[in-house]
Amino acid sequence: MKKLFALITFIALTPITAWSAGGPSVALEQANIDLNNHAAIQRGAKYFVNYCMGCHSAKYVRYQLMEKVGLTTEQIKNNLIFDGGKVGGLMTNAMPEKDAAEWFGGPAPDLTLTSRIRGGEDWIYSYLKSFYTDPSRPMGVNNTVFKNVGMPNVLWELEGIKEPVYHYAVIHDGHTEKVFDHEEDAKNYIREHGKGYKLEKVVDHLEITRPGQLTSTEFDQVARDLATYLTYIAEPMKLERHSLGLWVILFLTVFTILAYMTKKEWWKAIH
Amino acid sequence: MSSDGVDLKKRRFLTATTAVVGAVGGVFAVVPFIKNWNPSQRARAAGAPEEADISGLAEGALMRVKWRGKVCWVVHRSKQQLADLESLDGILADPDSAVPQQPSYCTNKHRSIKPQYLVAIGICTHLGCSPTYRPEIAPADMGADWKGGFYCPCHGSKFDLAGRVYSGVPAPTNLEIPPHQYVADDVILIGVDGGNA
Amino acid sequence: MSFMNWIDARFPATSTWNEHLAEYYAPKNFNFWYFFGSLALLVLVNQIVTGVWLAMAYKPSAAEAFASVEYIMRDMDYGWLIRYMHSTGASAFFLVVYLHMFRGLIYGSYRNPRELIWIIGLFIYLAMMATAFFGYLLPWGQMSYWGAQVIVNLFAAVPFVGEELSVWIRGDYVISDATLNRFFALHFLLPFVLAALVFIHIVALHKVGSNNPDGIEIKKNKDENGIPKDGIPFHPYYTVKDIFGVGVFLIFFAAVIFFWPDFGGLFLEPPNFEPANPLKTPEHIAPVWYFTPFYAMLRAVPPMFGSQFPGVIVMFASILILFALPWLDRSPVKSVRYKGMLFKAAVAIFVVSFIFLGYLGMVASTKVILGFTATFWAQLFTAVYFLFFLLMPWYSVLDKTKPVPERVTQ
Repeated sequence: MKKLFALITFIALTPITAWSAGGPSVALEQANIDLNNHAAIQRGAKYFVNYCMGCHSAKYVRYQLMEKVGLTTEQIKNNLIFDGGKVGGLMTNAMPEKDAAEWFGGPAPDLTLTSRIRGGEDWIYSYLKSFYTDPSRPMGVNNTVFKNVGMPNVLWELEGIKEPVYHYAVIHDGHTEKVFDHEEDAKNYIREHGKGYKLEKVVDHLEITRPGQLTSTEFDQVARDLATYLTYIAEPMKLERHSLGLWVILFLTVFTILAYMTKKEWWKAIH
Repeated sequence: MSSDGVDLKKRRFLTATTAVVGAVGGVFAVVPFIKNWNPSQRARAAGAPEEADISGLAEGALMRVKWRGKVCWVVHRSKQQLADLESLDGILADPDSAVPQQPSYCTNKHRSIKPQYLVAIGICTHLGCSPTYRPEIAPADMGADWKGGFYCPCHGSKFDLAGRVYSGVPAPTNLEIPPHQYVADDVILIGVDGGNA
Repeated sequence: MSFMNWIDARFPATSTWNEHLAEYYAPKNFNFWYFFGSLALLVLVNQIVTGVWLAMAYKPSAAEAFASVEYIMRDMDYGWLIRYMHSTGASAFFLVVYLHMFRGLIYGSYRNPRELIWIIGLFIYLAMMATAFFGYLLPWGQMSYWGAQVIVNLFAAVPFVGEELSVWIRGDYVISDATLNRFFALHFLLPFVLAALVFIHIVALHKVGSNNPDGIEIKKNKDENGIPKDGIPFHPYYTVKDIFGVGVFLIFFAAVIFFWPDFGGLFLEPPNFEPANPLKTPEHIAPVWYFTPFYAMLRAVPPMFGSQFPGVIVMFASILILFALPWLDRSPVKSVRYKGMLFKAAVAIFVVSFIFLGYLGMVASTKVILGFTATFWAQLFTAVYFLFFLLMPWYSVLDKTKPVPERVTQ
């Protein structure tokens, strides 16, 4: 028995620790979402249809899904559906792929499963907060979480405009050796040490240079609501499976205890 | 093997309890597989109530609305056509709509909520063909008694303009009236009962 | 029981029941390692039932496959549960079978007279791998697509006919609709082949009788009625015991299905939630965890004469060598309990190598671990893997074994 439990623990832990070794390379901010917060999901849905659905779809989701988080059919019709579509219809969008290819270099991806593709809500939350001005890009913006992103910052009116503050890393043998705030200091350091040292300009953090309609706390909430909504639609049955799972496991535990007692009773005769 | 220390009663009790609990679990496990066969969200969305705007429907005209994949007719009957209905009672199989082929609020002379508008499912109750709309009075092929109605080309069943079946034709019952309601004066929602059921 | 008489006159119901359950005498000293056989059967049934249900709504076409999986997950009642049962079941199947095989390895269940049971079991394992490979393409996500691309390309490494062979397998020049459709047909068919092989596996087992943790032949010690003294009827003793094992297993199985269906990206990989895109390769392609040990061995072998073929050979050899195991082990005893330190150490090193190969198959081959690249470690552990088998004829003889008792121990 002891061996059995040791084995089970071993099996249960190995793959997770093995896998966590290969996580995302960018540090993400924690979104701290709550899928039980229906108001947040509703707000997120509203931001989604207003700001995202111009280009993106959520084509595996039916508008009707929002009934599960407390909206009525009328509310869905009046607040979320702009193209006269049906409540039972899918959240497809009207932008022809050809236009998308012309404007942004490719069709905007469907966002139904973004949360699962990106490994959770934190990526979405951080991504939405990480746009910054970069004149070298076609849209005039770049993103620290999604390098050379193809889309504009659709939320800029709310968030304001962010400029990057760089720092200057000295790279040697593929490793960052030292980090400077000023480019000159880094160049001097390299001059002193000679060949094999490279300078890399890295975004250290972003600063709002022109405020938007919202304070940064308010904007964080917008990003959090969108992350909540997108995580919800990526797997709407998540909470349902948790609550059902508890009952199933409770039932199986009772059954297993009974089965164990039965087995004990039968095996009393075996010596 | 020896039988010392064996409590047969306890053994039997535990075995039976485990078997019963296991059987209950088995039944629970089957439920998702059975429910999986229910109409999906897509099917349900496609089968959702359908709105019909009848504001442009002229007297004597018929419009078709698709609901749950079936054809629904909406016919705007004239005063004369409504008056003619009563004269047919004698040659119909079920003139008073005794067979529940309609919601209770349509169990009346004209089989509809508003007398002039007939809403019916356009599928013959015989073998499921779609009857043709024949509003003319006494055309050559329908005979002199024909006051307008529906004729099924497959096996010759006849229905009057209230969807009532003639006697002596293959179709056994009147045409089905789907649940419907008026959401506005000239907008019918087919597929759900109103509060007036 | 005249009804049973009527049946028995036409179908051997009672005699089959007796021969395989009520009067099939199994050694009384089975430990927890012996749960995994019945659990594998349970998971096979789970895979077939959930698989048939999924097939009722799945569309095996490149245009519709991905959307139909999402349709099952979202639009159908309990579709998500059935799908997670199937995806988790695939991993559970391999886990349980690996443990079942390991049981055979440590207790010498492959030795005379059970060589054929082991060999049939390996055919089951091969059928499982083929089934899993075909099934993995079906969700038509990025990992599905590129995983299949990489594996099918292995066949292109075969000298002379490789290119034609890989085109023939795909039915196209890339993985496409044609490939998906035929993989679906095979994924549906193979489980029935698997079930037939399982049947033969059990028939062979019941012919010679089960081995046990002591590696003693209980049939050598019978009482006056011809019943093995250390044997007990499979039914009811092992049926009640296995039902308990099923309960424990199902608790863990349900925990994964309901709480960690992705299992941290091991059972359902994040890139696979993105529809297959032939124009965009994911940054990092890795097979599912149960294939990674073999994938690591494949990558460990450098291309020779401009061909990947040696790696492919090594990978297939790593499975083929298992067929020789019954004849490689020349120890006078079967069970690890009576084998010496040499064998125990070899098994331990082998297990560590296999698990590490599994890990190395998941990471980029350039990844540096403890100062060496993943490729170096994969080469080392591949060598260990093969040496475990190739040196067995010697170390199993040199090993200092302990005397085996007459009767089984508890």
